Amino acid sequence: MTGTELFRVDPRTGLQYHKSAELLIKANAVAAVVALLVGGIIALLITLTRWQAVHLLDAERFYMLLTAHGLDMLVIWVIFFEIAILYFCSSTLLRSRLATPRLAWLAFALMVIGTVTFNVAIFTGNATVMMTSYVPLPGHPAFYLGLILFAVGALIGCFIFLGTLVVAKAEKTYEGSIPLVTFGALTAAIIAIFTIASGAIILIPTFLWSIGYVKSIDPLMYRTIWWAFGHSSQQINVSAHVAVWYAIAAIVFGAKPMSERVSRTAFVLYILFLQLASAHHLLADPGLSTEWKVFNTSYAMYLAVLASMIHGLTVPGSIEVAQRGKGFTKGLFEWIRKAPWGNPVFSGMFISLIGFGFLGGISGVMMGTEQLNMIIHNTIYVPGHFHATVVIGTTLAFMALTYFLIPSLFNREMIMPGLAKWQPYLFGIGMGVFCLAMMGAGTLGVPRRHWDITFAGASLPYEFPGTAYLMLAIMGVGGVLAIIGGAAYILITVGSLLFGKRLDAGAYGREMTVLRMPVDTALTGHGHAGFVAPGTFVFALVFLTAFVLYYFVNWKYLSTVWGLS
Amino acid sequence: MSAIQPPAQRIWWKQPLDKVELVWIVIAFAWCMVMFFMMPYWHVYGKQNLSSETYRVRPEMFSRAAEEMVAKWKVREETDEKIPVVAPPAGADVYLIARLWAWWPILELEEGKTYRLHLTSMDYQHGFSLQPENVNVQVLPGYEHVMTVTPNRAGTYGIVCNEFCGAGHHKMVSKLYVVKK
Repeated sequence: MTGTELFRVDPRTGLQYHKSAELLIKANAVAAVVALLVGGIIALLITLTRWQAVHLLDAERFYMLLTAHGLDMLVIWVIFFEIAILYFCSSTLLRSRLATPRLAWLAFALMVIGTVTFNVAIFTGNATVMMTSYVPLPGHPAFYLGLILFAVGALIGCFIFLGTLVVAKAEKTYEGSIPLVTFGALTAAIIAIFTIASGAIILIPTFLWSIGYVKSIDPLMYRTIWWAFGHSSQQINVSAHVAVWYAIAAIVFGAKPMSERVSRTAFVLYILFLQLASAHHLLADPGLSTEWKVFNTSYAMYLAVLASMIHGLTVPGSIEVAQRGKGFTKGLFEWIRKAPWGNPVFSGMFISLIGFGFLGGISGVMMGTEQLNMIIHNTIYVPGHFHATVVIGTTLAFMALTYFLIPSLFNREMIMPGLAKWQPYLFGIGMGVFCLAMMGAGTLGVPRRHWDITFAGASLPYEFPGTAYLMLAIMGVGGVLAIIGGAAYILITVGSLLFGKRLDAGAYGREMTVLRMPVDTALTGHGHAGFVAPGTFVFALVFLTAFVLYYFVNWKYLSTVWGLS
Repeated sequence: MSAIQPPAQRIWWKQPLDKVELVWIVIAFAWCMVMFFMMPYWHVYGKQNLSSETYRVRPEMFSRAAEEMVAKWKVREETDEKIPVVAPPAGADVYLIARLWAWWPILELEEGKTYRLHLTSMDYQHGFSLQPENVNVQVLPGYEHVMTVTPNRAGTYGIVCNEFCGAGHHKMVSKLYVVKK
């Protein structure tokens, strides 16, 4: 079929890129990596400050840079990359033209302008309010305005994704249903839309308050709505990186989802229930009833946790099935032993999966349990948790995907393949140590967002145990390792884009091919007679055991503290 | 053939589940239910539950209540700033003010006795972090949070602010005494 738009088929992967979409994917991915670079440099400075023995920065600069680090990483890096993923999953995977590329450039411009605006407010010292900017702590109006502009841009990006799905459907660029990975991206986009709407609902009045039009903003209302934005934006990440896991399993192993029904239902559970999880940020707050807290944080009986536990089985399960199909059938674990551990696309994805589940997932449920939250709230355990989810989970998954995109999307041979081989291990293990040490320090009561736990100069200082300082030192070492891993990623990606050998891109033409349904097809999945992925099931049981033990250890610990009612 | 292609069957939602998936879903769901029931269970049988008793309050009203409490039960003063130490009787209403960048006053409670602790902030948001118990509660301006506390061990405790509240955040720390009589 021919149209008016220009397409090319990548000769290595067979993926079909729409020229306008391709440029946008590149632009958003590059903006993301720039944000990662800025956030990463700051990460080094703040890690070396919280490592109490080094204590690099002064207090004012520490709090300022911590604000910038939170936003540039948690919001800017991931959302730019996610917009790139949304365009890729719609236009490229569905072989469709991207809807309204001009509007997509407007969205991109708004996001860039917004990012620069709030960063200027932060770096001039006018908005040291942390990522959360809890009222009534005042920030410069440009800070809120920048965030709003960025959010509007991202929102337009989400609608362009939806528009592209409509275009693809109308122009019949694919047969059957959209692929699972696109379905996961759709989940992310839907969550993104109500997340960004929540952000607008609270940030617009806060902006008006900062310029004096609104007299006051209720702090509890602010927290309730802000977290519908702040936490839900992390659910966009979860949906996006789970989609990336499925994509990588497909790309590296040709793995087929164990069952479309289960995986897609699990994604739908995210849409329905993850949003409520935002309430766990309010568990230690006054003014909200116990019933409200318990209902909302049990994620409506933990159905969102269930969804993640399902993906945690079906992603490696589909890899196991694919590997067994290739003949790696010896014992329970030959399929994973013989996996391509030297391929950073795979190793990055697999470390992301393990780190997200064991470190991020389990700790997240602890914090989200009403009573257990009291012994965790606002301690450094909290950043320990979300670095496991967003850095090991999301960031490492995105890094792994980049190694696939460099030759396919950017048509460059990756430079320094030897370093790339080690990069996921350096980054993932460094970050794992960092997160565990933070959780350890948090269990000892070390507060988050705190410049000096020696309380020098305070009239009534508290003395933390020596172990707390040891934990912060281990955190520092792990953090530095991870930052070296992050620097390696940026070196490899930027270096490949600039100096990598140019690869044949395939010529642009007006010809486009329809995405056909696969013709092979065992119609009943893998056959439900046997246990198709026994190795994965054993892994899942190990995970469950760790989860159950750690859960009850925390209850035991809670039972020893002061009586509270 | 794979997750980046359309499902192999047009009617993919009728594809049967693999047994391994089904078994795992059942186990995971059962575990989720256990976790859900732990929270209500602890409200009935556990001794550590965060109170939800809250009132709207104006800072000056709360200040007055705290000052009256200090006038009644002050036992001594500490530090150069002469922060009063208050030893209220068991069962009393105890007021603790969070403000930039201090806790006021210092409390002296009795081991094993129960008190009604009132918390609020005079300005920004703060975090009440009792160490080494590691009990952490958010403190909001305009809201008076009342919780019943029963200290179970004598000793000197620290109260650290663990919500970022501006330039002097890391100096906002105080003491709390629990004595045995």
